[in-house]
Amino acid sequence: MKADIRVALVGNPNTGKSTLFNVLTGLNQKIGNFPGVTVDKKVGYCTLPDGRRAEIIDLPGTYSIYPKSQDESIVFSVLADRSNPHSPDLVVVILDASNLKRNLLLYSQVADLKIPVVVALNMMDLAKKADINIDVNLFAKKLGVPVVPISARKVDGIEGLKNAISYANKFALQEDSIDVASIAPELVESIGRELNIDNPYLALQLAHQHETLTFLTPAQSNRVEELEKEFSFNSQKAQGAETIARYSFINDLLYDTVTKPVTAHEETVSNKIDKILTHKVFGFIIFFAVLMFMFQAIFSWSSYPMSLIADAFVWIQDSLHHILPAGPLTSLLVDGVIAGLSGVMVFIPQIAILFAFISILEDTGYMSRVTFMMDKLMRKVGLNGKSVVPLIGGFACAVPSIMSTRTIENWKDRMITIMVTPLVTCSARLPVYTLLIALVVPNRNVWWLFNLQGLALTGMYVFSLISAIVVAWVFKFILKAKERGYFIMELPVYRMPRWNNVLYSMYERSKAFVFQAGKVIIAVSVILWVMASYGPGDRFAKIDQHYSQPQYTQHMTADSLGRTIASAKLENSYAGVLGHSIEPVIRPLGFDWKIGIALITSFAAREVFVGTMATIYSVNGSAEKMESVYEKMHQAKNPDTGQPVFTLAVAFSLMMFYAFAMQCASTVAVVYRETKNWRWPAYQFAYMTVLAYLASFIAYHVLK
Amino acid sequence: MRLSQLEVGEKGIVKEFTDLEMSVKLMEMGCLPGEEIKVERIAPLGDPIAIKVSGYQLSLRKREAYTIVLQ
Repeated sequence: MKADIRVALVGNPNTGKSTLFNVLTGLNQKIGNFPGVTVDKKVGYCTLPDGRRAEIIDLPGTYSIYPKSQDESIVFSVLADRSNPHSPDLVVVILDASNLKRNLLLYSQVADLKIPVVVALNMMDLAKKADINIDVNLFAKKLGVPVVPISARKVDGIEGLKNAISYANKFALQEDSIDVASIAPELVESIGRELNIDNPYLALQLAHQHETLTFLTPAQSNRVEELEKEFSFNSQKAQGAETIARYSFINDLLYDTVTKPVTAHEETVSNKIDKILTHKVFGFIIFFAVLMFMFQAIFSWSSYPMSLIADAFVWIQDSLHHILPAGPLTSLLVDGVIAGLSGVMVFIPQIAILFAFISILEDTGYMSRVTFMMDKLMRKVGLNGKSVVPLIGGFACAVPSIMSTRTIENWKDRMITIMVTPLVTCSARLPVYTLLIALVVPNRNVWWLFNLQGLALTGMYVFSLISAIVVAWVFKFILKAKERGYFIMELPVYRMPRWNNVLYSMYERSKAFVFQAGKVIIAVSVILWVMASYGPGDRFAKIDQHYSQPQYTQHMTADSLGRTIASAKLENSYAGVLGHSIEPVIRPLGFDWKIGIALITSFAAREVFVGTMATIYSVNGSAEKMESVYEKMHQAKNPDTGQPVFTLAVAFSLMMFYAFAMQCASTVAVVYRETKNWRWPAYQFAYMTVLAYLASFIAYHVLK
Repeated sequence: MRLSQLEVGEKGIVKEFTDLEMSVKLMEMGCLPGEEIKVERIAPLGDPIAIKVSGYQLSLRKREAYTIVLQ
């Protein structure tokens, strides 16, 4: 879509930037990726009062133009690189009116890049409540830019902001904040001259950031490096001097424009809440209660919509089988593509609910308190307070959880979090566990209260958390830190969640999941379908010939004959042959070739296990027909010994395998996407498979 | 006197930093020489701590708080 003017939104985290973005663009937005990096790019459109169309880009929240994480580094790249497709004509800097001082640091940095700026003074309602008085006119005069008071949550002042955007100047008119050149005069002058840059602050930033900027040519970057050496430039010292100068500018600015009482009103409320929520005892009790409620909700609220989606797909498959002529193409479409699609879509309710909770917990400010409470504990095992969020999210799905590790600034902490998150029992393991537990654990109560099957399932969840923590602790000694770890984090005041943002987040995350994981799962299910539908040589023809003899066609019903043929064909298909060929390897774990097929197909996605079992034990229908899969597996006998296949030892051995093995193509894909290197998903796959094999082996031989 | 030595509710004024890298990060967040800092609470397990500075609440580890020298 063409736009008449490009506008970038810039601001600190927790200033209501996303809310403003949503208010300005409505649903007229899309999320993509910045080329080459895995930072979400949110772009939307809005019509200005003069009829022109504005493209609005929501840049990641940051405290400073000096980046501390990958997300933050995109801010300077977009603002500084004039050839960037999103290079803005105008920057809207959002300031939290109730916390101006720290917010103004970023403003003064952006302003010095001399791009036209409009200031949106957000949370004016909160500032008024806290008796903070801002002389907006004087403030605007001293800055030399338009300042629009708004309240994004209450949709107040938005028309004024749109007006300011449409009447904004094409040229930057803001006053200089600090004397940039004085920080490194010769260096700034030389870089400006040699790279043809007329803005001194841009030249200074290139000196600081040239190593990570992609829009500089290697020759330019090397030249900057040489100049730095020539003028013995110390990046940290220069940044420190700049920050002190900026705050002195800010103090001058605020001196006669803002008056505020000694203690603000809202903080005392926030403090009271904190006394309870971060209390030594209640703090942890409340945290675990919140977690329990979240899991309950994820499982119980999603069950109805999930079965609705599953039923809808069964109906679509049925109808398509009726409408389309029978044949391999129909089978590929219906049993391959659509079956694979349904496997993805069925998880949408769980993912949507998980992200609703995460966005509520983050919006209210509670998540940063959890981080605050857990940091010491997590640090002991090589993680970080911020790892709590992905680990909790891992109970639903590792894919979005691994994406959420981007907020962890420290490289080593982030890598360890990514490496262990897939160990946490995700929702795809749930159908596998419930089926296997139902097979071997008696459904009765112990100690009057606890159901044995429920205990076994809870045990698997607790076990997964413990193994994630132990593995993290081991990685702590293997990985070498690239930089020093630190934990400097704002604790925002408690606020009510913004329900609109919660809805947007549910919608966006579900969409991203369907498109990203969906592609992989569909591809894999097509391959699986081919492998299960065709066999080497003329084996299939021989089976058809064999079962067309009269003793079969006359003495068996069409239904049961069909099932017998399907079962024989599966054994002789490429998948069956593969299952037989890995049997020697998985024998020590107590598995036969049929379980082997399920293991192989499960490498696409764990929940495929139930469906594969259903096919192998020739049950007509989908994974939803749990009763019948259960009965077939219950009756399955070992042809050599006549004993049941699924004994306690085999079932637990299988569960151990599913607990540890990296059986999720989507996770492998997302780990690659986040780490930008095939080594990481490869290491992860290797260590998880080894652990899975060992744990299964031990479980089988102990319980046998 | 270091920031890490303050008890909950106590205040101090930042004098200087002992660590250049940490000082740059802290100053960006509004922790500058001359600013008043108040320790608001300590995490249940004894670390990190939460301080009030520049009109908002910031949390940092004790190890980081140790690099802040008070007047």
